[in-house]
Amino acid sequence: MQLRALWQKFAAPIDPPLMTMSLILLGFALLVLSSAASERLGAQLFNMLVALLVMRVTAQISPQKLMYFALPLFVGGLLLLVAVALFGDVSKGARRWLNLGFMRIQPSEIMKIAMPLMLAWYFQRHETYLRLREYVVAALILLLPVALIAKQPDLGTAILVLAAGFYVIFLAGLSWKVLAGLVVSAVAMAPLAWTMMRDYQKGRILTLLDPEADPLGKGFHIIQSTIAIGSGGILGKGWGQGTQAQLEFIPERHTDFIFAVLSEEFGLIGSTLLLVLYALLIGRGMMIAANAPTLFTRLLAGSITLIFFTYAFVNMGMVSGILPVVGIPLPFVSYGGTSLTTLFLGIGILMSIHKHRMLVQK
Amino acid sequence: MEFKNPEQEIEGFQHRLAFAGAFVLLAFFLLFARLFWLQIFQHEYYRTRAEENRISLVPILPNRGLILDRNGVVMARNYSAYTLEITPSRAGNVEAAIDGLAQVIEIQPKDRKRFKKLLEESKNFESLPIRTRLSDEEVAKFIAHRYRFPGVDIKARLFRQYPYNESASHLLGYIGRINDNDLDRIEEKDAEPNYRGTEHFGKTGLELKYEFDLHGQTGFEKVEIDAGGRAVRVLSRIPPVTGNNLTLTVDAKLQQIAEQAFGNRRGALVAIEPSTGGILALVSMPGFDPNLFVDGIDSQNWDSLNNSPDKPMVNRALNGAYPPGSTFKPYMALAALEIGKRTAQQTIFDPGSYSFGGHVFHDDKKGGHGTVDMYKSIVQSCDTYYYMLSNDLGIDNIANFMSKFGFGQKTGVDIEGESEGVLPSQEWKKKRFKKPEQQRWYAGETISIGIGQGYNAYTPIQLAQAIATLANDGVMFRPHIVKYITDTRTGKATPIETQPLRTIPLKPQHLETIKQALVGVNKEGTGARAFAGAEYVSGGKTGTAQVYSLKGEKYSEGHVVEHLRDHALFIAFAPADQPKIALAVLVENGGFGAQAAAPIARQVLDYYLLGKQPKTAAPADSAEPEGD
Repeated sequence: MQLRALWQKFAAPIDPPLMTMSLILLGFALLVLSSAASERLGAQLFNMLVALLVMRVTAQISPQKLMYFALPLFVGGLLLLVAVALFGDVSKGARRWLNLGFMRIQPSEIMKIAMPLMLAWYFQRHETYLRLREYVVAALILLLPVALIAKQPDLGTAILVLAAGFYVIFLAGLSWKVLAGLVVSAVAMAPLAWTMMRDYQKGRILTLLDPEADPLGKGFHIIQSTIAIGSGGILGKGWGQGTQAQLEFIPERHTDFIFAVLSEEFGLIGSTLLLVLYALLIGRGMMIAANAPTLFTRLLAGSITLIFFTYAFVNMGMVSGILPVVGIPLPFVSYGGTSLTTLFLGIGILMSIHKHRMLVQK
Repeated sequence: MEFKNPEQEIEGFQHRLAFAGAFVLLAFFLLFARLFWLQIFQHEYYRTRAEENRISLVPILPNRGLILDRNGVVMARNYSAYTLEITPSRAGNVEAAIDGLAQVIEIQPKDRKRFKKLLEESKNFESLPIRTRLSDEEVAKFIAHRYRFPGVDIKARLFRQYPYNESASHLLGYIGRINDNDLDRIEEKDAEPNYRGTEHFGKTGLELKYEFDLHGQTGFEKVEIDAGGRAVRVLSRIPPVTGNNLTLTVDAKLQQIAEQAFGNRRGALVAIEPSTGGILALVSMPGFDPNLFVDGIDSQNWDSLNNSPDKPMVNRALNGAYPPGSTFKPYMALAALEIGKRTAQQTIFDPGSYSFGGHVFHDDKKGGHGTVDMYKSIVQSCDTYYYMLSNDLGIDNIANFMSKFGFGQKTGVDIEGESEGVLPSQEWKKKRFKKPEQQRWYAGETISIGIGQGYNAYTPIQLAQAIATLANDGVMFRPHIVKYITDTRTGKATPIETQPLRTIPLKPQHLETIKQALVGVNKEGTGARAFAGAEYVSGGKTGTAQVYSLKGEKYSEGHVVEHLRDHALFIAFAPADQPKIALAVLVENGGFGAQAAAPIARQVLDYYLLGKQPKTAAPADSAEPEGD
């Protein structure tokens, strides 16, 4: 009986629907990964356990405690980003890593959680009077790290951090007029942005518009992943039977392009199932956000949930050829420990918010 | 300052959340639509592209058909030899691999050059030869070091081989590496798919003419390849079909006897079976070794073949056009009989020369032949008789009659490179020359036509076709080398030629007269010495064609440099009553036909009719001139 009590204590902060959906996604991920790169199965299993542990620990922490972390985490992350810009290691033409001597860390990853935490905390503090001034400050809080990340350059992470912060500002109630103004000016700024983009970034956009223009060069990834998806058909070619995947025509098939492997081997059935799982997960997140007791928790939960969406949409859009190629993994499915840990940190925060909703009200 | 109550605030937040939720659904729907489009509507297209990605057709070369003589003797075959091959996609640094190999096995700069060229033309999953024809010792040496060379293998490949080397080289031709010219021919035949992977193509002779029969059907191996182009596994295999075999009308042994009879003299011989038109031997001397070309001839051999004054690469039997000399006389006599300008018994008096238009045409024999009838005119080869006859017939009558025998026309023999020759006529001259005064035919020009000089120029194969037709009583065949083509799979043999080309309407008694005169030549005339003691009755006619025009001087062999000496000719058929073989021999700058050409014909006839091998001694050259 003691075991049972122990289990109950362990399981207490865990939200069953979120947990169920996450585990199904992870199971799906293992299935695809064992076909795409079976030699990495063990490593990913370990990554999953670590991520789940992080989730469990986070779920235990009350939102009030999380609020204490907001400012230090953000400032610390920002300082690390500055440090990366000054002393970071260069790998594959980008300065993303900071060598601490005993380990290498990627501070931009911290920002994915630190940013919504910080902004949610900021809006909570100014809950009673939210004027344009507060939004301007929030925008500055958002744009400074995004600019640093974009300069590394790491477009994928910059987009995710930007989105995370934007969701908080949007959910906090930024007026529609300002939003409309932002959209209009964004469109107006597009040509300017084009001139500021690096050649390889321009190339990715051009490639999206016409991948066949350079079939062996920049277009190769997109063409091959689109072929993989299309050739999968309704039912797919079967597990381990995807020729595009098994014969290595799909690039990065265990990381960023794993969705192509999934779609090729499991067809429209498989890719739709994945979409539904994400939709359910996001739906659960939104429910948690809607029922969250404080502005901080509402904004945080809403932003984290929408980040899951952004991850999934940008990755699948890129692999299926409707968005430019940016380095964003498929959430829960792509191989790799860092993004998985960040994602489950988010899940853990959602669980914590849900678990502690009553306690705050009391 | 705006204060919000919690309810309002929560409501506002939930509106925003609902909006975001709607956006999420819209975005996911967009994704779903995209996936639906790719995986349902575009599925076929992408399925095909995925297949194209992964599947590669690797050609399997067929064995080339064999070339056999009429008795089944192999004249062109394939043999398997070991080659050292590199698969560039597996070998890593190819240059380094070759350097390493060079320490184990001899690799010459020309091998490297060839490999480099192949590499540029190939797909990277093919294996390419760096060395061909390895010795057993070299194979063993490489195998001991094989572990050091990934992507390098020993393979057995088939090579073309001509076992008789220089014998019948012009007839067989040779194969060589495909060039642009060959690609055009392949394209013309729409045969590109069947030539995928094929490296060789017939360049001359039968190898060229029957290329598409000999080649066979290329098989294919469907191979699954990965993104790096490496073959992963074989999916299916369509085996190649060996090319068709050619069985020739040629007798390989007879061909060799004829070639040996020439010794080191230049010339040509064409022997035909009169009743079929099948070529029994087709000789052009000197020959060349076709084996040199199979692997790509090296520049040294190529230069020596190309620059030799003896021009061994020219097929004299088809390409060379020579004045027929006195071998033309029997046809002139036949024309006279047929047209009615002479009877066999009618005689002329030959004082040793003939004057026409103030020009004196000399007979070969000083003092002349005296009273000459048709039989004597042929047997003794009396020029005066034919000077007169030419004048009586006129150039157009001569040209009309001679064209029936194929003079001045391509015979249509089944190898390429034939010349037309020249059958002179008024019309021909008009076409040949541009200035009006040159275009006119002068009656004086007709006189020497009758003895096979003047503008007359025929290929040895035309001379052979004519004598074969005469021997066959006017029934004419297209001379041909291939008797039948055998499908190696079904064993079905398709004969090439069975029907005669045409029958020249000739009166039997006229033919008889001419044939008897030709028999007389070998019995008591200019061919008698060469055919002394023959155990069969044969007809023949000697000829000597002037190369060098002597102005008023007496031609004397000794004083004229070799390449300006007369060409020696001889035409013959045997046995006289039922000819099995007819031939024409030409010895370039050989001097008198009786002396240089007739003995070659004798050796060929002796072997063909009696199976008699010539004595090892070179053909006699000691006989005194007996008139031409």
